[in-house]
Amino acid sequence: MLALLVFLPVLAFLAILCGAPARLTAIAASVVNLALGIAAAAAPKAACWAFSVPVLATPKLNLAFGLIDGMSVILILLSVIVTLAAVLSGKAPEGREKLWYGSSLLISAGAIGAFAATDLFFFYAFHELALIPTFLMIGILGRGDRRDAAWKITIYLGFGSIVLLAGLVWLASVTGTFDLVKMLADKTAIDPAAQKGIAALLLVGFGTLVSLFPFHSWAAPAYASAPAPVAMLHSGVLKKFGLYGLLRLAIPLLPDGMQVWLTPLLVLLLGNILWVGLVTVSQKRLDLLLGNSSVMHMGYIFLAIAALAAVPGGNTIALPAAVILMFAHGISIALQFSLADNIEKSTGSLDFADLGGLAKATPALAFLFGIGAMASIGLPGLANFSGEVMVFLSAFKNYDPSAGLGPVQIACILALWGVVISAVYMLRAYRNVFQGPAVAATESAADLSFADRLPALLLVIALFAVGLYPNLLLSLLK
Amino acid sequence: MPAYYLEALTVTLGLILLMAEAFSTNRSKAWIGGLAAAGLAAVIALLFFAVGPDAKPDAAWSKWAVWTFYQFDGLARFYKGFALVTTLFVVLLSIDFRSILARFTDHPGSESGTGEFYALPVFACAGMMWMASAKDLAGAFVALELVTITFYILVAFLRRNVGSLEAGVKYLILGALSTGFLVYGIAWIYGATGTMSLAALPQAIAHVQSPAFLLFGIALVMVALGFKVGAVPMQAWIPDVYQGAPTPTTAFLSVGSKAAGFILLIRFLTPFLAETSPVRGQVLALLAVLACATLIFGNLAAIPQTNFKRLLAYSSIAHAGFLLLALAAWTPGDANLLGSVNAVSFYLATYLIMTLGAFFVLGQIRIQADGERIEDFNGLGKRNPLLALAMTVLLAALAGVPLTAGFLGKFFVFSLAVKQGLWWGVGLGFVAAAAGFYYYFKTIRAMWWQPAAADAKALVLPPVTKACVAVLTIASLVFGLWPQPILALLQ
Repeated sequence: MLALLVFLPVLAFLAILCGAPARLTAIAASVVNLALGIAAAAAPKAACWAFSVPVLATPKLNLAFGLIDGMSVILILLSVIVTLAAVLSGKAPEGREKLWYGSSLLISAGAIGAFAATDLFFFYAFHELALIPTFLMIGILGRGDRRDAAWKITIYLGFGSIVLLAGLVWLASVTGTFDLVKMLADKTAIDPAAQKGIAALLLVGFGTLVSLFPFHSWAAPAYASAPAPVAMLHSGVLKKFGLYGLLRLAIPLLPDGMQVWLTPLLVLLLGNILWVGLVTVSQKRLDLLLGNSSVMHMGYIFLAIAALAAVPGGNTIALPAAVILMFAHGISIALQFSLADNIEKSTGSLDFADLGGLAKATPALAFLFGIGAMASIGLPGLANFSGEVMVFLSAFKNYDPSAGLGPVQIACILALWGVVISAVYMLRAYRNVFQGPAVAATESAADLSFADRLPALLLVIALFAVGLYPNLLLSLLK
Repeated sequence: MPAYYLEALTVTLGLILLMAEAFSTNRSKAWIGGLAAAGLAAVIALLFFAVGPDAKPDAAWSKWAVWTFYQFDGLARFYKGFALVTTLFVVLLSIDFRSILARFTDHPGSESGTGEFYALPVFACAGMMWMASAKDLAGAFVALELVTITFYILVAFLRRNVGSLEAGVKYLILGALSTGFLVYGIAWIYGATGTMSLAALPQAIAHVQSPAFLLFGIALVMVALGFKVGAVPMQAWIPDVYQGAPTPTTAFLSVGSKAAGFILLIRFLTPFLAETSPVRGQVLALLAVLACATLIFGNLAAIPQTNFKRLLAYSSIAHAGFLLLALAAWTPGDANLLGSVNAVSFYLATYLIMTLGAFFVLGQIRIQADGERIEDFNGLGKRNPLLALAMTVLLAALAGVPLTAGFLGKFFVFSLAVKQGLWWGVGLGFVAAAAGFYYYFKTIRAMWWQPAAADAKALVLPPVTKACVAVLTIASLVFGLWPQPILALLQ
């Protein structure tokens, strides 16, 4: 069944290529996938999900999918929700529907494939499959400096993928298998020197894909010029692949290696939270601000990863914290990019200087964007809150007051200021766009139509559901 | 059917084609190309019925002396098929390229003499097939010369085009030089071991007193073979010759000639890389140095190129670097790992698919946009979206993007190098792959992101090219997901 989940978007892409109505096919495939994803979350233990086809005898490679644990389920759920919202958002330019919807479907297939794969080879390969349409979409249909932005993301992520590949080949060579389940079950004792090298490669490789400071400068311009569905899918879903990879591989398999790089990782993640946070405050355009904010929030998830690495085998709260925050951030950033696209459509600009008082003309848009902004700040009741609180708590897990503050605790205390920073830039942005006197561009702006509200509502429901009842996801992680 | 019939049939086909050229009118020679393609397809079919002397030890032909310098095993079958398939595609490419051939050989409107352009690759193919079966250094030399001399003509075929003539002269001079190295090296090896048979070498080298003479001979032969496969520092001829030669010849050089060089290299090195060989360590070190230099030079020099054909020339050097890296990590292979020979063969098979596909597209760009620069690909996404999609897949495969055939080839090479602990090679390999990512995507960028020139017309593919591009593109995706068929051919 998981194979269906992965290949349905690919089949829909082929159908679109052969002339099927693009939008309708994409929406139909995404709805079916959402249903399948929810079914997977409802019954993750069922045997029907696993799928395996041998593709190569030596070395043994299988095209295999399976739900390894709750983390896979939650990320697949995130993918199908955001995919549906993404194909419902935005409008393809005249004559480019095939490219627009086809690319979104391929990105979705790549992300789901990566999260569902139980073979190291396909885990890596599916993520790459998703990158190519991302590059092309930004380069062809992007806005503003699309060529530069697209070239930059191509080079950065290409570099990151290759470093990552080096780490994965090394890992497969020392464990002697490509089967993730077998690799995790055997827990092969890896030589500490090899662990150190592999962990470094994985941190840089996955880190570049997740825009870890200082490999982050591709992200904001790329998201700012990407068409709305691509920005939603990449920042919301595909970027989580790097975090998923670290949690899936580096944490359980390379405890010694991660320990070695703990302090550098803490410094870099503070770069994400504080440095990029301050950069975000100074942004003059909403799209760049959202792009930077998404880079900044990755810092919190890296903090959870650091907390996990610091207490090998003992930090029971850090993993759920990271996973819930990944889910929450994916949904909230997708919501914000989707609505930012609507703001641009109705006013023609995302520059703060051209905007103001939009709430009068478009109350629904203002309300929904407000929810997204509050979620991003971490207001209780919305999903991000539970994630962020758990992250901060996880940093103090096993904290021994008599020994004084360790590096993780110090990083956590500094990272708490990130919450203030994000409140500053988000509230400012909200004020600049929606409040104050209306200006020429916003006076006659049209509010969201019913079709425009659908994707936003879908995402808002997910935010509230997890925010008010985090057990929905936590129970999957037990 | 004894295996050597295949070479005999191929040479016969070439002679028939020459006669057909001599006795046909000058209006259109495309049918000669069609005949060549049909003949090659027939030989490919016969390949599956060919057997060596082991299969029928009682037959009279099994006892002939030919088997002392000619062998037939799984590897020989694979590389014979490789040469035939390459030649088939090159002939098909030449059919659609004949307008350029006619323009630069005789006056326009006449295709006088162009029929030879279909016959010569067939002769070269016979030479490559023989190289795959080489068992004796003297025999290998003759086969290699058959290929090289044919290529001298093919490279300089456009006799009214200065670029082609210049390329021909360069190839002739450097090719002759490398031949000298080869003969000289063989003489040294014969002097040191007393045999020219590759089968007898393992025994002969076990008793070598001082390996210095032997090593000198090996190094000389490797210079000559390095020239064939495009290893640094014997790569200097490649960019100019590739750029100047007619596009089908360039395709043939970069795929067929390189693969033939590699099978000969494998055949030649196998005795010296055996566990018992006294020179194993030195030969491996030599290979590692060649591989690292080739990886670095090929990839870094490709970055600033603006001519797509020249870019493919550097890319062919770069791929040779990866192939040499697999040889430098010489491993017989086990249940968990593909051996070096199989990894190289698989890599070459995927390289055939991707490179020939790119050359088919380049041939049409050359004819219809009258240029071979990367700029001439500008706006292809608008001028012919399906072709641009196919070209994107092919270039992504060349760059080694996962789920394409090109990735698996690199993946096997890296697995081998990691296994053998060639950390320098692995590190440089990843730098090289990153550089490759950059320069292949430069062309993808031109196709999709750059606007077409104001006077650009829609690009329409002739049927043969269209079919070939479709087949090769789909193959590069299918083998990326399901490589087993190619590996099954190697068993």
